[in-house]
Amino acid sequence: MGQSDFVRHMGSGGSAIYGAPSQWQKLHMDFPLLVLLVLLAGVGLFVLYSASGQSAHYVNRQLVYYCVGLVVMLVTAQIPPRFLERWGALPYLGGVLLLVGVIFFGVGAKGAQRWLEIGGFRFQPSEILKIAVPLMLAQYLGKRALPPNFKHVFFALVFIGIPPVLVVLQPDLGTAILIGISGFFVLFLAGLPKRYLGFAGLAATVVLPLMWFYVLHDYQKQRILTMFNPEADKLGSGWNIIQSTIAIGSGGIHGKGWMQGTQSQLDFLPESHTDFIIAVFAEEFGLVGVTLLVGLFLLIIIRCVIICLRAQSMFGRLLAGSITLTFFVYIFVNMGMVSGILPVVGVPLPLVSYGGTSIVTLMLGFGMLMSISTERKRSV
Amino acid sequence: MKQGCLQLQSFSMNDDHALKNPLLEARLFVARLFFALLVVVLLSGVLVWRYYHLQVARHEGFVTLSDRNRVLVEPAPPTRGLIFDRNGVLLADNRPSFNLSVVAERANDLEALLDEVEGLIGISDTQRERFYKQLKRRRRPYEPVPLRLDLSEREQGILAVNEYHLPGVEVTVQLLRNYPFGKELAHVLGYVGRINDQEIQELEAVRYSGTLVLGKTGLEKYYEGELLGEVGYQTVETNARGRVMRHLERIDPVPGKDLHLYLDSRLQHVIYEALGEERGAVVAIEIASGGVLAMGSAPTFDTNEFVTGISFDNYDALLNSPDRPLFDRVLQGQYPPGSTVKPLYGLAALESGTINSDHRIYDPGFYQLKNEERKYRDWKKGGHGSKIYLRDAIVQSCDTFFYDVGVRMTIDKLSLYGTRFGLGRKTGIDMPTERAGIMPSRAWKRGAKGLAWYPGDTVNTSIGQGFTLATPMQLAVATARMASRGEMRSPQLVRKQHAVSPPAGRIQASDSNWNYIHQAMQDVVHNRRGTAQGINRGLNYHMAGKTGTAQVIGMKQDEEYDVEMVAKRNRDHALFIAFAPVENPRIAVSVIIENGEHGSTAAAPVARKVIDAFMEYYPEPEGVADGSE
Repeated sequence: MGQSDFVRHMGSGGSAIYGAPSQWQKLHMDFPLLVLLVLLAGVGLFVLYSASGQSAHYVNRQLVYYCVGLVVMLVTAQIPPRFLERWGALPYLGGVLLLVGVIFFGVGAKGAQRWLEIGGFRFQPSEILKIAVPLMLAQYLGKRALPPNFKHVFFALVFIGIPPVLVVLQPDLGTAILIGISGFFVLFLAGLPKRYLGFAGLAATVVLPLMWFYVLHDYQKQRILTMFNPEADKLGSGWNIIQSTIAIGSGGIHGKGWMQGTQSQLDFLPESHTDFIIAVFAEEFGLVGVTLLVGLFLLIIIRCVIICLRAQSMFGRLLAGSITLTFFVYIFVNMGMVSGILPVVGVPLPLVSYGGTSIVTLMLGFGMLMSISTERKRSV
Repeated sequence: MKQGCLQLQSFSMNDDHALKNPLLEARLFVARLFFALLVVVLLSGVLVWRYYHLQVARHEGFVTLSDRNRVLVEPAPPTRGLIFDRNGVLLADNRPSFNLSVVAERANDLEALLDEVEGLIGISDTQRERFYKQLKRRRRPYEPVPLRLDLSEREQGILAVNEYHLPGVEVTVQLLRNYPFGKELAHVLGYVGRINDQEIQELEAVRYSGTLVLGKTGLEKYYEGELLGEVGYQTVETNARGRVMRHLERIDPVPGKDLHLYLDSRLQHVIYEALGEERGAVVAIEIASGGVLAMGSAPTFDTNEFVTGISFDNYDALLNSPDRPLFDRVLQGQYPPGSTVKPLYGLAALESGTINSDHRIYDPGFYQLKNEERKYRDWKKGGHGSKIYLRDAIVQSCDTFFYDVGVRMTIDKLSLYGTRFGLGRKTGIDMPTERAGIMPSRAWKRGAKGLAWYPGDTVNTSIGQGFTLATPMQLAVATARMASRGEMRSPQLVRKQHAVSPPAGRIQASDSNWNYIHQAMQDVVHNRRGTAQGINRGLNYHMAGKTGTAQVIGMKQDEEYDVEMVAKRNRDHALFIAFAPVENPRIAVSVIIENGEHGSTAAAPVARKVIDAFMEYYPEPEGVADGSE
């Protein structure tokens, strides 16, 4: 049985697109996904306008970021998956080298060294790894027989492990975990045997307490402790959580109305336009808004899952699957931390929080998804 | 072949180039992906559940917290009541003061900003120092810190023009107490000042929320409760930095009650001018009501300085001045009343039947108690001669006569009548600090000194010396009681109602006795032998009076003053009491000039000026009783 059979077997919703190549397909764009992403960006702009205190400055810049992100997505979508697969190791290698560079030449603030400065332009190499690690893993595992054998699992774990270790040294535990997770998703989707999963769970119960004592910095421990008892440090790290839960809770079912959220408009809520923007949204649009937004996120994920299922190669499936699941992890971690069920790590809400880096990285990933979605049948 | 193929496959399982089974791999992928999707949906459910928990289950609690965050109850302080004199002249009001404040958080470079402001309107080093001191204190962020109080109109204009490049500079308006008469009424009105840490402990915190000052002395202190008013509230919405964004609700404050005094600011001015450079006190009382027409203590000070916060140097100067300008001599200065008590004891002698108007003595210039060698001397060497009646004893202020009469009356009767005229007791005036003076008696001496009363004490007491001490206010009250033929009234500064209330009591004496004493006191001024005859030139009404001289005992010799100063300050105090017109007395006055030596020359002319002015302003009796013109 060829792959075409599989696709025919799976595909029913996307038949229109597959039936006749549309204008969108020629542009390597997945129309439903594009519509959903633009819708999300639109919602994001509305919330940002309110969250930034009616700042045209922030909205304009965010609009520029969206446009840059759109261009990045459009360009990335034109790159054939085969090309990505062939050169998939390069971004990884480059990213790891830059991370090493950060350790020696990095600049930063507040005790963390996360940035590289080249020609007056600052960037965070760890962002590259968010895409580079799944790319590397997908190209490594995609051409192997699956489920992976011990040797492949071992090497995959080495590939997954190196960047997070380097990022932890910066130190940026949150990003390190997210990078590790994005790689792990590839391994998981590739059919990592269940016994390894069991072993991983066992290992985690051993490693986590060790990390508490030997790896975590005081401020990181503080954040975790704060999550359990925000009242203990009202003016310090607990302040953000207290104010964001007040914002969310006081929003109620219907919310206080757009630009009527007192918590955000009166500056009680810190980081209201970046990491904590969901609190503004929840305060102003209530549980109804939150549910609809989560629904929108799920629609995007479902559309991505469909793209995964239709992918023409295992490389494409693994990469698309990992990007999709990582996208959800961002959503879950962000909404979880703002509502006080996860520790505060610097994770923005995808495509809603203000910030260019996050938007461009995400759109790069969606560009790859678009590329995978419109890949023509491969001749094996 | 097949087996070999299998072998090859099994071998290749461990090889990198193992044959891929696309279908199997795809199925495995799909299974994993759907499992992951299931987890995604479940975790989304967890998120929605969490937000439901916060937004529905715990909604009410968070609404409260949110409101508590943003809604701030701000007190709206009431405006302090005004003080008017009897003719509606403003004596204390509230004027808007434009203050320059700086919000440090909004200034880019604070030091540079201050330099720039200094270049525009000038800032003294003290002001800059005070600003930084206050900046360091605990305060809300974005709270303006005052830099310069009370900007002139020109300075406000300069700031308004330059405001755009002075971020953080604010001109705020604040009501400040203002005393248009400053020095003239310092001791009467007192002043308001910033509430200090000790006062905060004692006062009702709620009533004073938002109010920065309270009455520290004088009427401002005594009537604090009425002047203050009732605090109002406004609920405001603030942002996280405490800036007021919007006003939600307001309960207006109730302004403090205005005070209307019996006092006439014109008479007060006459007193201020008449006292001039002297140290002393003058009190004028409206006899019909007991209302205080004027009362002045000199030297005085400008109360306005205390409102904006007096500098330490200036305060030290006031506090340590040997002239004691902060000291209210009218109510707290206790002086031996000297001969001013003679009319009073004269009346007592007549009324108690100790003597009658035919009683006369021969004055050799001294008095001796029976069985005692000591001579109690008259102020006049050689004495006043023979045929000294009570009338002569008052007109010429004959000491010997009163030594004798006092001893005959005994201290008990002197004390009884003295007390009835208000000596040795607080007058009950509506002022916070008043001293009672001393009207000595056997019981008083036993209590205060632990000693028995000696006849010699009676001799001294009978001419207002010895232990006797009285405040200028007490002397004015005693004079008013004399003038009104015994109506016992407490002096009042604030007029509570229009109608005059009846006196609290009455000193019983026969009309003929009152007439006798009034006539004698009139002769003090109008008779050519009267001790105060020097002031009767051009008098177009009849004035009754009595001079007095009080020996100074308080001055310590070893204090470091120059000799001339010590000499001056050991001179006798000059006293004078008076009322007028004699036929229908309307005003009673007491005057004390410290170290003035002679009541007739130092004190009496001051009383004449005050009464002259009164007679000019209020020629008709109705004018006084009615109050306003």
